[in-house]
Amino acid sequence: MTVGGEQLLFVRQLVQRKTAIVLGEDKGYLVDSRLSSLARDLGHADATTMLDHLRKKPDLALEQRVLEAMTTNETLWFRDRAPFEALRQHVLPELARSGAGSRQLRIWSAACSSGQEIYSIAVLLEEHFADRFAGWKIDLAGTDFSVEMVKRASEGLYSTLEVNRGLPAASLVRHFDREGANWRLKPSIRSRARFWRMNLVEPWAPMPAWDIVLLRNVLIYFDIPTKEKVLRAASRQMAPGGYLLLGGAETAVGICPELVPEKIGDATFYRLEGREQ
Amino acid sequence: MKALVVDDSRAMRSILSRLLRKAGVDHIAEAADGCEAIACLDDDDLPDIALVDWNMPNMNGLELVGALRGRPEWRRITILMVTTESEQGQIVRALAAGAHEYLIKPFEEESLFDKLAILGFHQPVQGDSTNDFAHN
Repeated sequence: MTVGGEQLLFVRQLVQRKTAIVLGEDKGYLVDSRLSSLARDLGHADATTMLDHLRKKPDLALEQRVLEAMTTNETLWFRDRAPFEALRQHVLPELARSGAGSRQLRIWSAACSSGQEIYSIAVLLEEHFADRFAGWKIDLAGTDFSVEMVKRASEGLYSTLEVNRGLPAASLVRHFDREGANWRLKPSIRSRARFWRMNLVEPWAPMPAWDIVLLRNVLIYFDIPTKEKVLRAASRQMAPGGYLLLGGAETAVGICPELVPEKIGDATFYRLEGREQ
Repeated sequence: MKALVVDDSRAMRSILSRLLRKAGVDHIAEAADGCEAIACLDDDDLPDIALVDWNMPNMNGLELVGALRGRPEWRRITILMVTTESEQGQIVRALAAGAHEYLIKPFEEESLFDKLAILGFHQPVQGDSTNDFAHN
């Protein structure tokens, strides 16, 4: 049964209040498809019954699971390809030159989901930049709203369906070990990344400045004021000369003027206006 | 762009051909095993890519990969193995024999497009089509 009425209003308000994601009035089918299996797992007849239960009796653990089910999205290896080509051919070589003094490289995947994005970077560094960044302090970080996703990303364990998505076969056999029906990232890659939970629409805890911020396919869910707030916060976390990458359907133009688009290869990155050259 | 689909399952050939057409491939030939695949190759009109199953009668996929790499005229054919063989050692063997990419069955249809993109045949659409609740 498609979720509607008071239950739909309740979940729309909950999602917007906690994650700033705006869920349209016509998304009952989406709520239903995202919450049905959770409802069944927890012994409810369907999503409507579960939401009714949550409305009447506040339950923070259930609320978090509902939010996670509503906000978790598919991810894949080397998503969209072009940004990773630009990183390989232009951005990382440039950072290798400009950071030669400090010998530090910091990259943050701001909505890391199950970790494929930041691990794709780790694979890229291992396969193409092992010599150039030898002896550097490399900090690869992933954060996500979902506790479950942070746990999954830390584990580095993926199904065959997941490793089929965008990961070259040569990288699969080089960096993963078969574990039953799944594939586990080898410690040499897994140990390079760290993960923690972070809600981008709540105040940000202190963090280092990042040379590359990956904030992809997140802003699309937010209203304009929230986009602006998150982009400004992200811009403050960028190291001088740093790069921000948004999703292909997202832009900072007209929202956050201090972020200036720059076409690099076939991808668009954003850089701080008036940055030191 | 031309493709050759080699699989002993008619249903799988049909699925792969449909997905290739969806990816913009307009000429698709099908073969039920390695021997049929070799027989249908025309040196003046070779496919750009061959999707090759592993376990087939007469000549299996690995033998077909070897044959395709063994003749200079055929070396320009890009080979994507599409198979249920999922052991790490099997993937290594296929790549060592000359397969360019490897897709493990069962797979989601987007996975085939991802592999075509890796091989330079299909450009992914920038951005995301899965954002059900994007609102702007």
